[in-house]
Amino acid sequence: MAVLLDVKNLSVSFRTMHGEVKAVRDVSFELHEGENLAIVGESGCGKTVTSKAILRLHDRSGGIVSEGSEILFEGKNIVRMSRKEIGEIRGNGISMIFQDSMTSLNPTMVIGKQIAENILIHKKTGKGESLSQAKKLLELVNVPDAAERMNQYPHQLSGGLRQRVMIAMAIACNPKILIADEPTTALDVTVQAQILELLSDLQKQFGMSVILVTHDFGVVANFADRIQVMYAGSIVERGKKEEIFSDPKHPYTWALLKSIPGRHQGHKGELYSIRGTPPDLLLPLEHCPFSPRCEYCMPICKKRRPEEKYMTETHGIACWLTHEKAPRVDNPLKIGGEARAR
Amino acid sequence: MLKYSLKRIGYMLIVCFVVITITFFLVHLIPGDPILAMASEVPEDVRVVYMAKYGFDQPLYIQYFKFMGQLFSGNLGDSLRYPGRSVAEIIKSCAPISAQIGGISLAIGFIAGVVLGIFAAMNLNRWQDRTIMILSLIGTTLPVFVIATLVQYFLSVFWPIFPTTGWGGAEYLVLPVICMLVDPLATYARYMRSSVLDVIGQDYILTAEAKGASNFRIITRHILRNAFIPCLTMLVTSISGIVAGSFIIETVFSIPGLGRYLISAINDRDYSMVLGINVVITSFYILTVLLADILISAVDPRIRLADNKGRGKA
Repeated sequence: MAVLLDVKNLSVSFRTMHGEVKAVRDVSFELHEGENLAIVGESGCGKTVTSKAILRLHDRSGGIVSEGSEILFEGKNIVRMSRKEIGEIRGNGISMIFQDSMTSLNPTMVIGKQIAENILIHKKTGKGESLSQAKKLLELVNVPDAAERMNQYPHQLSGGLRQRVMIAMAIACNPKILIADEPTTALDVTVQAQILELLSDLQKQFGMSVILVTHDFGVVANFADRIQVMYAGSIVERGKKEEIFSDPKHPYTWALLKSIPGRHQGHKGELYSIRGTPPDLLLPLEHCPFSPRCEYCMPICKKRRPEEKYMTETHGIACWLTHEKAPRVDNPLKIGGEARAR
Repeated sequence: MLKYSLKRIGYMLIVCFVVITITFFLVHLIPGDPILAMASEVPEDVRVVYMAKYGFDQPLYIQYFKFMGQLFSGNLGDSLRYPGRSVAEIIKSCAPISAQIGGISLAIGFIAGVVLGIFAAMNLNRWQDRTIMILSLIGTTLPVFVIATLVQYFLSVFWPIFPTTGWGGAEYLVLPVICMLVDPLATYARYMRSSVLDVIGQDYILTAEAKGASNFRIITRHILRNAFIPCLTMLVTSISGIVAGSFIIETVFSIPGLGRYLISAINDRDYSMVLGINVVITSFYILTVLLADILISAVDPRIRLADNKGRGKA
């Protein structure tokens, strides 16, 4: 599979009153053709900032992509593109679906026009042609009564329908990459399943690559080929879905998996939660960022940042436990394995 | 829609009735009476004769019913201060003058203010923005009589271009309009700027950007309409005020407008004048509010009058 998107040493920060918030710290990853990549992590871990940086959507909000960051799409560096060049990629080569479809659709524009706008911008079609294409797209994403819906406003649609509209808008120009930023978070569970199914169908139909940003491992399990777990702006573990689910190595991944309701609840029925809070991203964090919350923390963890180490070609972990001199710790999620570090 | 319209008209009539009733009793609460206000040294017996002539010797509630009866037959009565002239006639001659000055200045002020506001927001924190914001701050804080004096000094004394005071051709219109447009200009510039900035921060602007829309397209298709809605709502209150005129401006420039008549009518205890002007202002206000509701619903699809379809939060 050819590499479609190559992110190298991406760092994004925001200037605030209190200082520079380093939201994404030296993140590198690749996305292959036709692949489903999931970026998982808790709120504020930098997963959304990473995904927005790919389309350079931080220009307006004051996000700063630091020197040396590279985002190569079809061989061209997005970070260095002109406003016009990036405009041609947005919505055309790479498009994006946002979390909250209520606020992400223009409240005073009928949805037909909003979908047609994408076609109008990138394809040399007239207004009428783009509108009829928009209607076909609405039918494609299974919106009933598409003709009537075309002339409705976002507030007249249910949450599930609005998210379908967002998807129709995003796939309007057959993008190579679709970035879905928590596409199902604002929806109820049954609608979530429908939307994910739709995304998965469309992905096969159009051969897109998808970057799915989520905090929900349930969504990931059904959808992703590869998973990247992020914490405090860095990728702490990455691998194929099977590797992450059946053989996770990072204590943070363990903790996340353990937090899924119903899986590893103790006999008291109490839901596991990770103690503490994520670190302040204003800090330089020269140690392992997860160390203060880690059950297996060693002295070295508080001094130096672990290098990423690859177990297999695809399975990488940034944790001192992978070091040869570290004590052997078994995955606590394995049946019968409730080991603790000595 | 019919049911809704009838309901609206019903409400309008009730509001009118309440306002007129309150005004009626308030006016009569003012100490003194019309005859004393005209001439302070009237012999008591003469005063009694005049009071009886106008029916002021009767109990207030009887006067009230008489007045309301008159009003329902469409008659606003005669002025006490200017005998022989009916209130309707005076209003007919002076309301258009106030409306003309108010309308022109509001139109110019609103349009220019909105444009400046957009311009300032687009150049956020640059010198253009800072200049507009400082000027508009001065504009909103400077009292209108100060502006009037400055304008009179520079544009008719220092450089004698326009007449200082009076009313007549178009040249008499310029100075009062300049004075009256400062406030809407400054207010709407600030308001539109913050409204645009608010819309720029919305998620759907990010969506438009993610589509690859150009800056021009984002501004014209996504920002302006959404940012304009709050301004339109505010415009209603401004429009409803124009017919009442500005007492200060009309006094400074000696313009025979409604505002000046209203104040002098109150001073003269010219009961029928005060009530008549109030009826006109109230009706105009209520009509503009209705008009505004229709206008806003045309611009903002989330507000559809009496619409039971969809999930509009009307």
